[in-house]
Amino acid sequence: MSAVLSVHDLRKSYAETRALDGVSFEVRRHEVVGLIGENGAGKSTLLKMLVGLVQPDSGRIELRGRAVKMRGIGQAGAAGIGMVFQEQSLIPNITVAENILLAAEGGAVRGGVYRWSDLKRRAQVQLDKIGSGIRPDAITETLSFADRQFVEIAKVLATEERTNAEPVVLLDEPTSVLDRDETEILFAQIERLRTRASVVFVSHRLDEVLRVSDRVYVLRNGRTVAECTPGEVDEAALRRLMIGRDLEGSHYGEEDQRPPGDAVRLAVRGLTVRGVCEGVDFDVHAGEVLGIAGVQGSGREEVCRALFGARGVKSGTIELDGKTVRPRAPRAAIARGFGFVPAERRSEGMVGTMSVAENMTLPHIGEVCAGPVLRRGLERRLAETWIERLRIKTPSAAAPIGALSGGNQQKAVLARWLVSDGLRVLILDHPTRGLDVGAKGEVYRLIRELTASGVAVLLMADSLEELIAMSHRVLVMKDGRVTDTIDAAPGEKPAPLEILERMI
Amino acid sequence: MTPARSVLAAPETGRATPRIRPRSTLLADLGPTIALVVLCAVFAALSPQFATWGNIRNILDSAAVLAVIAVGLTFVLMLGAIDLSIEGVMAAAALCVALLVANTRNDNDFGFLAIVAATALGACFGLASGLLSTGLKIPSFMTTLGVSAIGIGVATVLFGGVQPSITSPGVAEWASGQWFGLTRLTFVAVAVVVVGVLIERYTRMGRYARAIGGAEEIAYLSGVPVRRVKVLAFAFAGATYAIAGIMVTIQLGSGIVQAGVGQNFAAITAAVVGGTLLSGGRGGVLHSIVGVMIVTVLVNGLVLIGVSPYVQRAVQGVIVVVAVAITAWPLRARMRVVK
Repeated sequence: MSAVLSVHDLRKSYAETRALDGVSFEVRRHEVVGLIGENGAGKSTLLKMLVGLVQPDSGRIELRGRAVKMRGIGQAGAAGIGMVFQEQSLIPNITVAENILLAAEGGAVRGGVYRWSDLKRRAQVQLDKIGSGIRPDAITETLSFADRQFVEIAKVLATEERTNAEPVVLLDEPTSVLDRDETEILFAQIERLRTRASVVFVSHRLDEVLRVSDRVYVLRNGRTVAECTPGEVDEAALRRLMIGRDLEGSHYGEEDQRPPGDAVRLAVRGLTVRGVCEGVDFDVHAGEVLGIAGVQGSGREEVCRALFGARGVKSGTIELDGKTVRPRAPRAAIARGFGFVPAERRSEGMVGTMSVAENMTLPHIGEVCAGPVLRRGLERRLAETWIERLRIKTPSAAAPIGALSGGNQQKAVLARWLVSDGLRVLILDHPTRGLDVGAKGEVYRLIRELTASGVAVLLMADSLEELIAMSHRVLVMKDGRVTDTIDAAPGEKPAPLEILERMI
Repeated sequence: MTPARSVLAAPETGRATPRIRPRSTLLADLGPTIALVVLCAVFAALSPQFATWGNIRNILDSAAVLAVIAVGLTFVLMLGAIDLSIEGVMAAAALCVALLVANTRNDNDFGFLAIVAATALGACFGLASGLLSTGLKIPSFMTTLGVSAIGIGVATVLFGGVQPSITSPGVAEWASGQWFGLTRLTFVAVAVVVVGVLIERYTRMGRYARAIGGAEEIAYLSGVPVRRVKVLAFAFAGATYAIAGIMVTIQLGSGIVQAGVGQNFAAITAAVVGGTLLSGGRGGVLHSIVGVMIVTVLVNGLVLIGVSPYVQRAVQGVIVVVAVAITAWPLRARMRVVK
């Protein structure tokens, strides 16, 4: 079989980091190719290159035997490569039909004038290809997340008519936001796609990749390190190839997990947030990591935000060290010893234009003030202490935090809560998102140190493995309610499946 | 259903999609209309003169200028941009048209061509706003404010200290005529609104403007010519402001620099009250027109029920703030950042 899409020795460097360092692979006709690799292995850079959002420094991309240079998504679409983005790329306030044919309406727009019936008919043809019952005249934002993903697939398939060739569909971690039923529907969809397109399936869920792919490429440090056939390898083998070394027990520092104290630090009873969660009960002890598991929409993020005062609470009590608290705003929560590291570091976790030192002292600015006057020298010295203790790589305490690498940014964001001695409960919402392996390890080490000093930690993690390894107990949430609490003492960690079953 | 569909129809693995409209959208869509009806009912109850044919004609005639402005402004707001150049463009267009038809200042007499020229001038001002915003990446808030000042400046120079009064008998006669008891200018406004609705629903420019307001980056990545659509929207808006300026000039019989005074506030208020939000992507021409009617009815009704002219403006302001607060109520959340 000849290759529909082949990539030869792609390279790309940003400043001193090598994002891609010689990636080669090929996709054959009607084939599903799995692409796996850790965060930072170069998967997303590679995908962006295939649709022209990033230009390679060197190397070649060949589509149906001809070398192509992509200059943008529009051009890639015209050539027959379409991408279904992880963070969705549909415009919420227009109809499904418009989204499917956006900027490629063809004959459905004559002389700048929309012909709605024609537009809907063309969109319906695409939706029929995937056998979806979504109405083309529905407003996109009224659809469920899974349905919107199917609309994206239909949008990619629409390139078929324009190019008179079977398209290449790139799926970037399509299952990361789907529940189990939705995932099954997606897999059925991929099987259906196989008859009319070639598919590149990117995921960090190895079981899924093994299940749907015909061949799997493993990326590591910007390089293709292996090409495997499912059936000949198992998950463990893939993981070894991905990480390049054996297991990661030490990675999470499980042997450093100390038993928690007896004192209940935070007791939550009957916490209800309107429309999000109901009657949530749990305790966290001093020095304990309580992992919270749950899919999108389980309400776990909202529970944490409510504890921190960033969302209104309808009813329920929150007791901190035996005293009832009612956080009405983040400011009040911080004053009582809460800390919060949000998942969206760039938009919520830090002020990118302010310096490392300013970011660190932001919540506890009082510590470096004499009355109303800011003591810059004290602020700088404090920041320098923490930069050294956490080994944050930055030119200086005065450098803008936006210029640091993701891992160092995250360490600085964590440092802001460590600056105060009064930290009692730290809420971590996906603290390792987007970090490389090394930086992740340092965040894990920091969490261990914090709990050893008696801080209670609420953790939501990127993967179940991470959650289980880091937690003393795992609280499972589903549809706004707590479904179970599972012990996860060192040496007696539950299997991910055990938790997954209670999540969905 | 076309035959093609029944051939292609495949078993449905995707679940049927219930078309539930979020409550917030529903309120934003229907709320203003309900508010308008309530407002009319209240005024009708308080004043016997309100619900008379004569007064309704009055309201429609006085809404005409604002309606024309709102049509153009809606496209700019739908993009998520803002346009503060209304007063300047109206002033320049007013002087331009007054000096090109038969007038007391010079010997020009271009008739209808004068109106075309003034409208084109307005479109050029809009074009300038659009090009400056997209080319130099300056926020539209700043560029349109600057363009407005330029328009006022041009108008002041053209004014030159002596007010040009229109002497063309045709214009005066046309302007004083009525159809079905409404001034002809009101029908001009209706025509502009119809054109606006058609552009919004059936043209690529209109649909793309909505898409850009919904998610500009995604639209750009999908290959939508974002810059071109923006520039076109500003140019179209400029043309409608010019038409509004010409309408005011015809009403007054002379060109003055103050032709558009107060219209920035009135038009933006009307659009927002009608549900065309400043964040872009929401609302539309008809929404804005409902807003225009609310604002106009408010002014008219307050006069009729005898509210002192001294407090009318303040009362208007209060009602506008309350109306906007009600429209935005479903969107509020503790962590919502408003700038």
